[in-house]
Amino acid sequence: MAASVVKMSADRSVSTPMLHAEMTGVTRIYAAKGKTPGVHALGPVDLALRQGEFFSVVGPSGCGKSTLLDVLAGLSSPTEGKVVFEGAPVTGSVPPGIGVVFQENAAFPWLSVKDNIAFGLRREGTDPAEVERRVGYALGFMGLEDFAAAYPSQLSGGMRQRVCIARTLVMQPRLILLDEPFGALDAQTRLLMGDELLKLWRETGATVMLITHALDEAAMLSDRIAVMSARPGRIMEELETGWPKERDSRIASEDHFGQITSRLWKRLREESIKATARGGA
Amino acid sequence: MSRAGTIRLLFVVLCVGALEAACRGGLISPQFVIPPSVMAAHLWQLLIDGTITADIVETLSNVLMAVILAVSVGFVCGAVLHSLPRLRRAVDPFLATYYAVPFFAFYPLLIVIFGLNALPIVTIGFLFGVVAMIISTINGLDRIPPVLLKTASVLGMGPVRTALMIKLPSAAPHLFTGTKLAIAYSFIGVIAAEFIMSSSGLGYSIAYAFNSFDNRTMYALMLFIILLVTLINAVLYMWEQAIMQRRGS
Ligand SMILES: Nc1ncnc2c1ncn2[C@@H]1O[C@H](COP(=O)(O)OP(=O)(O)OP(=O)(O)O)[C@@H](O)[C@H]1O
Ligand SMILES: [Mg+2]
Repeated sequence: MAASVVKMSADRSVSTPMLHAEMTGVTRIYAAKGKTPGVHALGPVDLALRQGEFFSVVGPSGCGKSTLLDVLAGLSSPTEGKVVFEGAPVTGSVPPGIGVVFQENAAFPWLSVKDNIAFGLRREGTDPAEVERRVGYALGFMGLEDFAAAYPSQLSGGMRQRVCIARTLVMQPRLILLDEPFGALDAQTRLLMGDELLKLWRETGATVMLITHALDEAAMLSDRIAVMSARPGRIMEELETGWPKERDSRIASEDHFGQITSRLWKRLREESIKATARGGA
Repeated sequence: MSRAGTIRLLFVVLCVGALEAACRGGLISPQFVIPPSVMAAHLWQLLIDGTITADIVETLSNVLMAVILAVSVGFVCGAVLHSLPRLRRAVDPFLATYYAVPFFAFYPLLIVIFGLNALPIVTIGFLFGVVAMIISTINGLDRIPPVLLKTASVLGMGPVRTALMIKLPSAAPHLFTGTKLAIAYSFIGVIAAEFIMSSSGLGYSIAYAFNSFDNRTMYALMLFIILLVTLINAVLYMWEQAIMQRRGS
């Protein structure tokens, strides 16, 4: 099944965009273990991330979104197919230049917020003054200045997630993969965090892949959106939003925003029903 | 002090007071139990005149040896078993039923092997403590959230760094629990072993006082052991609290 490509506006691109990461014919099957049967979680999936774009993935729960992220990052190997990042095949380990914010809380409970954020930099032997500078910036950016000395257990789920985002950002990755990073936040905060993410994306010039279950979030933030089917997750549709690079949550009031979300919902409704019927919710 | 703490202290004071009153009032014969105040006074006496210093040093060094062995060997065995699932499945039933084995039955054998010295005693203390440490280590390693290991992979950390900087601190609370248990069990093992078959140490001295109807010394030593163990546990508890308060998990 070839994914249909939908353009929601006139094509503004002038030159052909450079590929940053690519998946071809990727499937992932979790092997049977004892009495639990094997799970065909993903694919086959073809996916191409363009240099510097903001790409989102939406799909029903349990459709294999996190699996897609793991395979793309090199955290788990595809059962079939291949993954390429910056021209080199991804095999067995995470290539430098990729940053990941996971769906689960990944803050180190034994380190303070500040030490959590600085962890990766210190490991790389970055100059202490530079660590201080970058961590200070990230703390400010994420609104965590007052909690620099706090421990993750003292923070709310949303704040812990921000710690993880900051920890990823300070490494200055060229490809940032985010797995439902705002899942624990209320709708308003989520929109504002979305704005922050956009600002960050523009400032760093990094390629972003955001996994989300919030259609409005995807519609507002992305250049392109992939819609996944129920498990085994395939990409049913790729949709180009055509938003200008300078955008923020105010576009949520535009007609075009409504068109994108309703288009996404139309594609997802059936798949979500399938996933729910299977007890995937 | 917290309300629970006050009640706890009150309870201890009441019990000791009741025992004191019962002994003084003739309700309990001094051949049976002596008043706590006499125990404490006699203990003080024994401590300052140095009669039991050598025994204390001996017992504590036996316990220390047993604990160091139990914690280090337990940790290594736990880590190895964790990394070899098949071996672990094979050994699991032994670990589960381990504490049902009365090691003291092997005491004569240990003496035959090691001779009549401190080694059989240390071995018993070690045998008591080691499995608690193995089980706690496996537990701690099992409970490392997979996402932390993924984070290590993203940061390009190799197996050694991941073990030292992620796995170890993540499992630390369980390792601490294991160490606490190993200390408690080793204490039990060492004192009991000294009690049965030894010619020195606190356990032996209690047995000796008992056999020579020296109630004052016997109770003074018992009091000493209780106080000592309480102190050690209090220190460990406070240390643990200080660490865990921050981690909150
Ligand atoms: N390690 C694993 N072993 C076996 N099955 C797995 C494993 N990880 C995921 N699965 C299964 O693969 C399927 C896809 O999981 P995945 O976590 O990728 O979905 P998801 O779209 O991220 O879900 P969610 O919306 O809940 O985040 C699910 O059915 C899940 O149960
Ligand atoms: Mg997921």
